[in-house]
Amino acid sequence: MVVANDRLAMLLLKQDVEAFLYHEANLLDDRRYEEWLDLLTDDVRYWVPMRRNVKFGELEREFTREGQDINWFDEGKTTLTQRVRQILTGVHWAEEPLSRLSHLVTNVEITEATPSAADAEEVSLRCRFIIYRNRVATETDILVGRREDRLRRVDGGWRISQRQVFLDQNVLLAKNLTFFF
Amino acid sequence: MAITFQPSSYSGLVDQDNGMVSREIFVNSDIYAEEQERIFTRAWLFVGHESQVSKPGDFFVSSMGEESVILCRDRQGEIHVFLNSCMHRGMKVCRYDEGNTPIFTCPYHGWSFATDGALVGVPFYKDAYHEELDKSQWGLIRVPRMTNYKGGIWATWDPNAPDFLEYIGGFRTYLDILFDGWDGSEGGTEIIGGIEKWMVPSNWKFPAENFIGDRYHNISHRSVDLVGIGPSGQGRRDNSDREGAKSLDVSFPERGHGTVMFLRPEDAQPVASYQNDPIVAEYFYQCEIARKERQGELWRILAGPGTIFPNMSFLPRQPRSIAVWHPRGPDQTEVWRWFLVDSSAPPEVKEFLRQYYIRYSGPAGLTEQDDMENWNYAHAASRGAMARRHHYNYQMGMGYAVTDFEDGGLKLEGTVLDTTKARAGEQNQRGFYNRWREFMAARDWDELATWRKNGSGC
Repeated sequence: MVVANDRLAMLLLKQDVEAFLYHEANLLDDRRYEEWLDLLTDDVRYWVPMRRNVKFGELEREFTREGQDINWFDEGKTTLTQRVRQILTGVHWAEEPLSRLSHLVTNVEITEATPSAADAEEVSLRCRFIIYRNRVATETDILVGRREDRLRRVDGGWRISQRQVFLDQNVLLAKNLTFFF
Repeated sequence: MAITFQPSSYSGLVDQDNGMVSREIFVNSDIYAEEQERIFTRAWLFVGHESQVSKPGDFFVSSMGEESVILCRDRQGEIHVFLNSCMHRGMKVCRYDEGNTPIFTCPYHGWSFATDGALVGVPFYKDAYHEELDKSQWGLIRVPRMTNYKGGIWATWDPNAPDFLEYIGGFRTYLDILFDGWDGSEGGTEIIGGIEKWMVPSNWKFPAENFIGDRYHNISHRSVDLVGIGPSGQGRRDNSDREGAKSLDVSFPERGHGTVMFLRPEDAQPVASYQNDPIVAEYFYQCEIARKERQGELWRILAGPGTIFPNMSFLPRQPRSIAVWHPRGPDQTEVWRWFLVDSSAPPEVKEFLRQYYIRYSGPAGLTEQDDMENWNYAHAASRGAMARRHHYNYQMGMGYAVTDFEDGGLKLEGTVLDTTKARAGEQNQRGFYNRWREFMAARDWDELATWRKNGSGC
């Protein structure tokens, strides 16, 4: 029965976490940026490395390093808040008029739950995403990749304390990254 | 469009006398194809930085115009630039971005090339080639001219091009500010790991002319200025050291290069900057004092964005970086951006700058995002049959520049437009397109080195 309970706890946790991820994606797609910021812990780390073509056997050099190299994003809540404030100025031309976005989140796997799935205070998860962006008339970008998140339970709800985004692109095919992953 | 442009057509497309430039030179695919021949095989192009290939066997795959090239350091420690194409059947010899290798082996038929470009391995050399293939003739195609100037690696495909320093001319003052240490020490800079690469749907000349001296587009960056991402918390850069300074646009129209800058008053002293962090603020303050001592009156120059013809642009100050606008068809540009820091700066300073660079620049940068939107839609809205009939206007500040600028004993080379009161001008852009026209029309470097005939030397 202990095994069954553990599996049940994991199932419930996964359902809970997925519901959170979908809610978060909806906030971004509904342009409720300030509410989205509230889902981030104050010490959040948000990292999107660039990706190199490297020789077989040297894959440890594939991604630019957090905290050391130039990355697409490598920041905390202060800069993320500045990004939101920029969009909300109404004169951020790269997002004026606002883009139409859909975040599809899939392949969700919980990789760690502490102290346990039944009463998890922290969760690490891995998922895949497709971000569809369409703006002005015919401009369209599709960004696909893997995301590794860490969630923390704060005041009974989940908050994001870490987001790592591994884009499946070398030369970025989008002219800008004015949105959040 | 079935228009074939003859060299004589280019004077009509770039109308120097009236300060107008045809939209055709941005959107027309025939002109684009001509540019690849006439500009990108003849001009000096930025390839990379010495610090990217610091050890023997290190390589960095770069681009010259549309074409992939390999920058590498051979076993003897010498730096080379090769066309990244196998001599046998053209396969891209190296499809990695960077790394270290003893040899480049072509994946198609297995020809192998040493890091000095020599053909060293040919499968079936004995049986199929009967040992008659002269390997010494079939090494990787090497750029005929290459230079390492203060760590920056530049190359040209034209063996008759002038030396790099002659190509740069008086613009060297501004290039030095980019590559020297902040304290003025010679060549004291290095690259931070990670080269940004991204696509912008616009002609390559839009960003090149933007960086050469477009002070007029400040409105583009209204949103980031409101938010305040600068290193002292305000705006997008520190501007306190511009107090009392003159705004000058400096152009070298005979070469195509240009930059904007601020000339501090004669009695100016170093001021506080980078105030978000006391260690960083102190570092730059001390550097400014050291540079003032080292450079004397030249210290008065506060360099701004600039472009070296044709497609290398830079910000020498905040954020210190190099961009190359690689042409990828008339409607596409692949942007590469390198970031520079003082090699000897303490770790706190490098880290502070790294974070500032990331939030300012590139596709995710709060400042640069808005530039790309403008280049994208300016280009798109210029492609139509009607739009093409109307030239762009580059008349701002025409007739107000001087060639003998002097201020408090400091003489400046080049054509100088004082934009202190005007706040903007377009002489640098006019200089850029003047040079573009010359490159498109000239037969060879004898014609292109106009300064030799004019006796103004280098």
